[in-house]
Amino acid sequence: MRHGKYPFVIGFLFAPVALYVTFVIWPYAQAFQISMTNWRGLSAPQWVGFDNYRRLLDDGAFWKAVQHHGVLLLALPLITIAIALFFAFLLNVGGKSSGGQRQGVWGAKFYRVVFFFPQVLAVAIIAVLFQMVYRPNESGLINGVLMKFGLEPILFLVKPNLALWSIIAVLVWQAVGFYVVLFSAGMASIPGEIYEAAEMDGATKVTLFFRVTLPLLWDTLQVAWVYLGIAAFDAFAIVAVLSVDGGGPDGATTVLAMEIYRNAFVYSKYGYASAMGVALFFLTLTFAALTLRLTKRESVEY
Amino acid sequence: MSITPEHPAALDRRTVLRRAAAVGMLATPAIGLLGACATSGSDGDNEQVAGGTKSEKNPLGVKEDAAIEVVIFNGGYGEKYATDVHEPLYKTAFPKAEVKHQATQAVSTVLQPRFASGNPPEFVNNSGEKLMDFGALVADGQLQDLTELWDAPSVDDPSKKVRDTVVPGTIEAGSFNGKPFVLYYVSTVFGIWYSGKLFKDNGWAPAKNWDEFIALLTAIKAKGITPYGYAGANAAYYQWNVILTHAAKIGGTDVLKNIDNLEDGAWKQDAVKQAATAWAEVGAKFSDKSFEGLKHTDVQLRQNQYKVAMYPSGDWLEGEQKKDTPAGFEYQLMPVPSLSASDKLPATALRATAGEGYFVSAKSKNPKGGLEYMRQMLSKAGAKGFTEVVKAPTVVTAGSEGFAFPPGVASSQAALKAAGQDVFNLYFDGWYKELDTEARTATNELMFGRINADAFVERIQKRADAIKKDSSVTKFKR
Repeated sequence: MRHGKYPFVIGFLFAPVALYVTFVIWPYAQAFQISMTNWRGLSAPQWVGFDNYRRLLDDGAFWKAVQHHGVLLLALPLITIAIALFFAFLLNVGGKSSGGQRQGVWGAKFYRVVFFFPQVLAVAIIAVLFQMVYRPNESGLINGVLMKFGLEPILFLVKPNLALWSIIAVLVWQAVGFYVVLFSAGMASIPGEIYEAAEMDGATKVTLFFRVTLPLLWDTLQVAWVYLGIAAFDAFAIVAVLSVDGGGPDGATTVLAMEIYRNAFVYSKYGYASAMGVALFFLTLTFAALTLRLTKRESVEY
Repeated sequence: MSITPEHPAALDRRTVLRRAAAVGMLATPAIGLLGACATSGSDGDNEQVAGGTKSEKNPLGVKEDAAIEVVIFNGGYGEKYATDVHEPLYKTAFPKAEVKHQATQAVSTVLQPRFASGNPPEFVNNSGEKLMDFGALVADGQLQDLTELWDAPSVDDPSKKVRDTVVPGTIEAGSFNGKPFVLYYVSTVFGIWYSGKLFKDNGWAPAKNWDEFIALLTAIKAKGITPYGYAGANAAYYQWNVILTHAAKIGGTDVLKNIDNLEDGAWKQDAVKQAATAWAEVGAKFSDKSFEGLKHTDVQLRQNQYKVAMYPSGDWLEGEQKKDTPAGFEYQLMPVPSLSASDKLPATALRATAGEGYFVSAKSKNPKGGLEYMRQMLSKAGAKGFTEVVKAPTVVTAGSEGFAFPPGVASSQAALKAAGQDVFNLYFDGWYKELDTEARTATNELMFGRINADAFVERIQKRADAIKKDSSVTKFKR
């Protein structure tokens, strides 16, 4: 039956590859092509070369968005990973040990499910939910309480220097659950004997965390960092639904995807929007390559 | 005309990204998204039908059995007026013709691909948050010139041309560089809205000049009610509309014409600066900082709860808020008050226009049929039927005769009458979307106290200059 093997394998490979080329590679290639034109969505586009890219260089909104990605790129992974690690540690090894087996804090199983909830919700729902939470008057979840106590309401999404952080908070809230689960899985595969030995040597919980858990989780952390970095290049849905005036006030929360959306679907400048998309593509690619290179190190065998 | 703000559909791309990352392809789907709706550029297989014989009943020479396809934006006005009034009128006039009806809430999503592939429907109600860019459609030659329609004899009186049956300014509102391409069908009046009941109960009267206005705002504030407000989160254009209306009153209608025509220094005209200064004070003293984070419906609801006294909008407001308005609320319109005795226009002057745009696709199979559909819409029966269904006045002068409007629209119609010849309009927001966006942002900055009037005009002027220099943007003049 050997003679039928190759057609069989090729047949199986062909469909997915064709689909991938048609729906992923080809649109990409087209986007590169469109970015060199002044296409406005209707008639045949005209070739303008690198004109769109030259425009990008002195587009204030574009640079603002890039700057925000810089902030997101640092803040989102750092905060999310820190919180997720802390929670995961408590859930898996933070409690007492019984019969030589490390345990999480009381109710760990329940918390694990609760932490995962935000991950199940659609991003749009989360954004709408936080509209209610952040509402700047007495009908807001937070401000309603504050105003009951006679305090001034906090203008979360309105104050330019607070708005971006309010959005980052939502992104973190939304992401933490997934990484708690990811890190929990990583921690579960660390042998209990290592902890036991360390404890016998008199290690505190803090030492356990920094000297045992963290080094043994390095690979997982690296993956988390790349994922969160890519998420930091997106953030479109949350910004679009949540922020004032789509990326406002005055561009204080805008991201590249938001500017792409605006240029394409509000201004009908598809060519220019594609140029932004290509810029975003290279930014993401550079980030991923850099991260993988910089975080490369020997993994610990156990 | 109630162009509601953007609510881009949320895309969950995290999953896509994760999977893409897993196979080593770090995707940024935004550009893939754009590529996916790429050009085909072909003209499709669209052969236009031949014309029919012209007659008194058929002055445009429509082929009597040719089908037409009607696409209606299913928004504030619904689709019932089309299915129950206009389409039956067309069917009655041309019983052999098939009228295909389609309603949508996302016009561009449905139609963009059809225009790109050269197979557009005959008649389109281009409106709502996802309307197609009129300027781009015109620049691309997609819209049928309506001159023939306006010069055709009207349905009710063959001795009268269609252009003589509509409110003055209707044709201009839909013209681009002097050529009519769009039929704006609904009469729209802009102003500041208040509750007749609230004002009556407190003995307040609408203000005519600025001193009265400030006194009124102060009195309302003393009552513990927020005197004035608009929603910054998505409806800042309601407020730039007030500022520019005010500027037109101060400096005459040329102020707006200069702005529309992108004249040098148009935004820096003294009238615009004076208006911005005056309204910045209202924003600082008589509004609420939290409104910047609210959507238009939120602030409108607060007005219905008597927590906000005055709110700027057009006369679609009453219909839009119907569900939330308490009994006896009684919407009333007050024109933007004048600034001083040296204003060029009287206190009664206001911005009014025809709203809700309809067009005929030039590259559709049966553009004549589309024009005829418009002619039927503009008949007395068509206009009356529309007004009865949606409770809004049309541009057809005879269409709302004897119709009892609800208090808000009645008051705006009265104000329109009182304004006489002093009615003006502006167009830049429809022509240059980017300038609209910049004006919205700057308005929020101004009204919520982050910049002053000088910086306000400075930054919008800068964007206007940039657009003027941008060769890729089609320019319009009036």
